[in-house]
Amino acid sequence: MTLGAAASSDILKLDAQAETERIVANIREHVFTRLKRKGAVVGASGGIDSTVVAYLCARALGKERVVALFTPEADSSPDSLRLGRMVAGDLGVKSFVEDISPILKGARCYERRDAAIRKVVPEYGEGYKCKIVLPNMVEVDRYAIFSIVALPPTGSAKKVRLTLDSYLGIVAATNCKQRARKMIEYYYADLYQYAVAGTPNRLEYDQGFFVKNGDGAADFKPIAHLYKTQVYQLAAHLGVPDEILRRPSTTDTYSLEQSQEEFYFSLPFAKMDLCLYGKNHNIPSGELAAIAGMDEAQVQRAYAMIESKRAVARYLRAAPLFVEEIQIGD
Amino acid sequence: MSAASPIAQQIRAFIIENFLYGQEREFNNDASFLDEGIVDSTGVLQLVAFLEETYGITVEDEELTPQNLDSVNSVAAYLSRKTNPSVEAFSRDIPEARA
Repeated sequence: MTLGAAASSDILKLDAQAETERIVANIREHVFTRLKRKGAVVGASGGIDSTVVAYLCARALGKERVVALFTPEADSSPDSLRLGRMVAGDLGVKSFVEDISPILKGARCYERRDAAIRKVVPEYGEGYKCKIVLPNMVEVDRYAIFSIVALPPTGSAKKVRLTLDSYLGIVAATNCKQRARKMIEYYYADLYQYAVAGTPNRLEYDQGFFVKNGDGAADFKPIAHLYKTQVYQLAAHLGVPDEILRRPSTTDTYSLEQSQEEFYFSLPFAKMDLCLYGKNHNIPSGELAAIAGMDEAQVQRAYAMIESKRAVARYLRAAPLFVEEIQIGD
Repeated sequence: MSAASPIAQQIRAFIIENFLYGQEREFNNDASFLDEGIVDSTGVLQLVAFLEETYGITVEDEELTPQNLDSVNSVAAYLSRKTNPSVEAFSRDIPEARA
C-alpha cells in the first residue's frame, strides 16, 4: 500500500466521538450479553490506558457498575495511587486499595529479583533502586539485550548488561507483580459478579508488552485495537484530567522510573505507532520515513524490530493447546 | 567443496540442541536466525553465554549485532576475528552446509 501525496501523520486521527460510541456499545454487549456479568473491574494505575478504560466502562455500564482497583506495591510511584483515586473520584465509581506488597513478599518476589540482580551487580542490596533498559535499537542495528541500571542509596547509578540467568530471574520475579494484581482483580470480579477489563492498547497487545496471565489476562479488552496516540485522542474527548494526559508513560514495575520506550519500544510512542501502522499496511519504509520524520534506515530497523517482537509475543497471546478440539454444548 | 569448519559445526550443534530441541531441520549456515525464527533476543543471550564460556571471549555491547551473531557462519567469522584478530575471517569459504 502507498499513501500518496496527501499522506501525513494524520493517518492515525480518529473520530473520537464515533469511536467512543462504538466502544461503549461493545462494552455493553460484551459485559451484559456475552459474558453475562453485572459490571466491570478496572485495575486503575493512573496511566492513560487504564484511565480511558475506566471512563469508557463508566459510560457504558453506569458508574455504579464499575470498580476501580488500586494495587500499589513497594516499588510503585505514589503518583499512581493519587492519580487513580482522582479518576475514581471524578467518575464516582466504587474504588478499593489493595497493597500487594505482602503477597509479593510472601511469594519472595523481591528476594528472588534481588538475588537475580546480584548475579551481575554483587553489591546490590538494601536501599538500592533499579530498572532494566534496552539500548536504542533504531539508531544502530543491534539486538534487544537488556541492561540493569542500579542506583545505590548514595553515589551514582551503575549500568550492567544482563546475563541470561539474571535477565530471566529478574523478569520471572517481577512478573509476579502483574499476576498478583490480576488475582486481586478477579477477587473483586467474583465478589460483585463483574468482568475484568483489560487495558492494553494496540502497541502493547501486538508487541507483547504484557505479562501472560498477568495484565494480559482479562475478560474483555476495549482499547486493544487502538494505537497509543488514538488512546490519547479518546482521552481528550472523554475529559480525562490534564495531569494524566501529560504524565509520561511508565511501566511502574521497577523502583527507578522507567519509561515504556526504555523498557520496550526504543522509540517515542507516536513514532512507534506510525511504524506499526506502516508495517500493518505494508507502507514502504521510505514513504513511512517521510511521514514519521525518520530516516529510511530507522524505519527499516523499526519494521524489523516489530516483526521480531511480534514473533516473541505469539507465545504470550497463545491460548492453551489441546490434543483435539473439544466441543462444548454451546 | 570443503566441509564446514569445526567451529561452525560446534555452533550449528549448539543451535540445534538449544533452539531446535535436537530436532535438526534444514537450515543453511548463512540463514538468518531471526528470519528463520530460530533465535530471538533472549536466545542471543544464551548464545553469548555459550560463546563466552566455550571460547573464553568477552562479547562487548557494541558487538551484539546481527552482523556478528545472526547465522552459523557470521558467528564463526566473529569468533575468528575475536580469537585471532590478524586472521581474515574464514567464514566466506564455508559451504552452505545442510542438515
